[in-house]
Amino acid sequence: MEALVASGIGVLTAAGIYLILRFRTFPVVLGMTMLSYAVNVFLFATGRLVVNMPPILNHLGENTPGYTDPIPQALVLTAIVISFGMTAVVVMLSLGAFIEAGNDKIDLGDEEKNT
Amino acid sequence: MSHWIIAPVVLPAFLAPLIVLWMRYDLRSQRIFSIAGMTVLLAIAVKLAVDASAGQAIVYRLGNWEAPFGIVLVLDRLSALMLILTAGLGLAVALYAIGSGWDKRGWHFHSLLQFQLMGINGAFLTGDAFNLFVFFEVLLIASYGLMIHSGGEARLKAGVQYVVYNLAGSTLFLFALGTIYSVTGTLNMADLAGKVAQLPADDTALIRVGAILLMLVFAVKAALVPLQFWLPATYANAPGPVAALFAIMTKVGVYAIVRIYTLVFPEAGTIGGLAAQILMPAALASLIIGMVGVLGARDLGRVAAYAVIGSVGTMMLAFAQFDAAATGAGLYYMVHSTFAAAALFLIVDLVAQRRGMAGLRLVAAAPIAQGGLIAALFFAAAIAMAGMPPLSGFLGKLMILDATQGQWGIWAAILVTSLLAIVGFGRAGSEVFWKAHATDAPATDLPEAPSHGLAFVAVGGLLAVLVGMTIFAGPVTVWLQATADQIHAPGGYVEAVMAGAAERADWPPGTAQAAPAEALPDTTLPAPEPGSEPGAEPQSAETEQGG
Repeated sequence: MEALVASGIGVLTAAGIYLILRFRTFPVVLGMTMLSYAVNVFLFATGRLVVNMPPILNHLGENTPGYTDPIPQALVLTAIVISFGMTAVVVMLSLGAFIEAGNDKIDLGDEEKNT
Repeated sequence: MSHWIIAPVVLPAFLAPLIVLWMRYDLRSQRIFSIAGMTVLLAIAVKLAVDASAGQAIVYRLGNWEAPFGIVLVLDRLSALMLILTAGLGLAVALYAIGSGWDKRGWHFHSLLQFQLMGINGAFLTGDAFNLFVFFEVLLIASYGLMIHSGGEARLKAGVQYVVYNLAGSTLFLFALGTIYSVTGTLNMADLAGKVAQLPADDTALIRVGAILLMLVFAVKAALVPLQFWLPATYANAPGPVAALFAIMTKVGVYAIVRIYTLVFPEAGTIGGLAAQILMPAALASLIIGMVGVLGARDLGRVAAYAVIGSVGTMMLAFAQFDAAATGAGLYYMVHSTFAAAALFLIVDLVAQRRGMAGLRLVAAAPIAQGGLIAALFFAAAIAMAGMPPLSGFLGKLMILDATQGQWGIWAAILVTSLLAIVGFGRAGSEVFWKAHATDAPATDLPEAPSHGLAFVAVGGLLAVLVGMTIFAGPVTVWLQATADQIHAPGGYVEAVMAGAAERADWPPGTAQAAPAEALPDTTLPAPEPGSEPGAEPQSAETEQGG
């Protein structure tokens, strides 16, 4: 399971990094999404991978063979909400830039090269 | 318990929605509330600085949860200093935006400004690394809105770059926090300090990776070379007052570096001098590239933007020494350069508003309205930014040189780049202000704006702060030196946050003796005892938080 999760995170990250280095906004937004998925799974794994365990201790702290760490789950929840909002922002912004400029190149225009 | 500590976060958090929802179409009340909010924020920041000057770090437990489990806000001298800096800058920016009419060229300027201040204040106050991430996101999302305020093709494109760069930075932040959490099992900074110090010396690979990832994140925010690429395009394309406000954004990164690498990863601790080894070349490169950029830029906005990169490099040279005397000098230079950079951006915007088609390009164009006054202001701000006497930039650089005696490389870099900056600013200023008189074009008209006087008040106020810092350099440096001493004695911070936590966790007495120690290399958190829920002992927590 560890190998599967680790390689999954690795592939997602690699794909994300490749995509954010593209020079059009659509692949870049897609790459950002991939990266945020990768980091969410990574955050989950920081509490160690455990299957079929409750995220909370037994009330008396006995008869529990173990538990899964609840804090990374809370962190992931926060991270998901934030990355979702940020993706929405970057999509709106890219659309705005596309409508204003008529193209979706991520580079600044020619005036940039002259300054 | 002093509830004032949370006021710098709560006040803008209430004002911003109020401005959006209640006075959406009423610019005048927006302006009144924005200025009033900034003034009150400044007063609160000063009050908190007086409280923090007593010497003790003051802890505010949100929801009264116990320190390692709940989120804490911590007020010490460094946080208080940053709060004053933020509020003062926010007031000047709000005044300028009103005076120049920037706030009516798009929607929601004042509410975004308040949200931005909420995020910045929170980042300076929080004592929890994940909460720091959340406040970073709050200040970033507000800054995205401010950055593209009033739109335009170039601004939107630069905005997309800025957002993507910072989103990548945020992802890196999460990777860093995840790595650190997986090693230590905590994200509370004071708790981290203790846990990191207890790590076995031969098993530090993962925590080093985490520490360096975190350093990269903060270097992105602080625009340290080689992660500075977002800054020139962003600052040069942002609206003038927003660029001035962004002068504090790089300092958020600087603050985070100073906080984390003295508190959690001190030089004497687990990762050793790793932070200094990385910071020192990065700071030198930032200083050189920034000041060469000042000399080479073909646009007045970029001159100012590169000057910011150079000034961040200068202060990081001081902070990377990781000793109290150099940190004190670095703090003085940081306060100075924040106000000087903000003033410079506002002056650049004054020029841009008046030059019409010529924009900010460094070419001779028709003389601008009020050219003499603006040229004088630019002259003063350039002197401050380049670090020439008589303004405080000179004193700041002098203190940094004094604190790095014997390191000839640093001396050479600072002195040579100062010369580059002087030449660069001299070239830009003479091109824009003097050569204008050589052209025979008629002077351009003043653009429509409600009150130019207010814009000049804002610029003059920022410059007056620099003059004040020069005249009262003595008392200011004494206070800042005490701040630096407090930063380099993180024991007080840790003690204040964790005060009594061990005793309270030990409930009923004797059951939790081994919990903190054994949980360390383990995968699980120290098991909270049934009785240790924060609700169980509100009285004892209450008394702790007073001092």
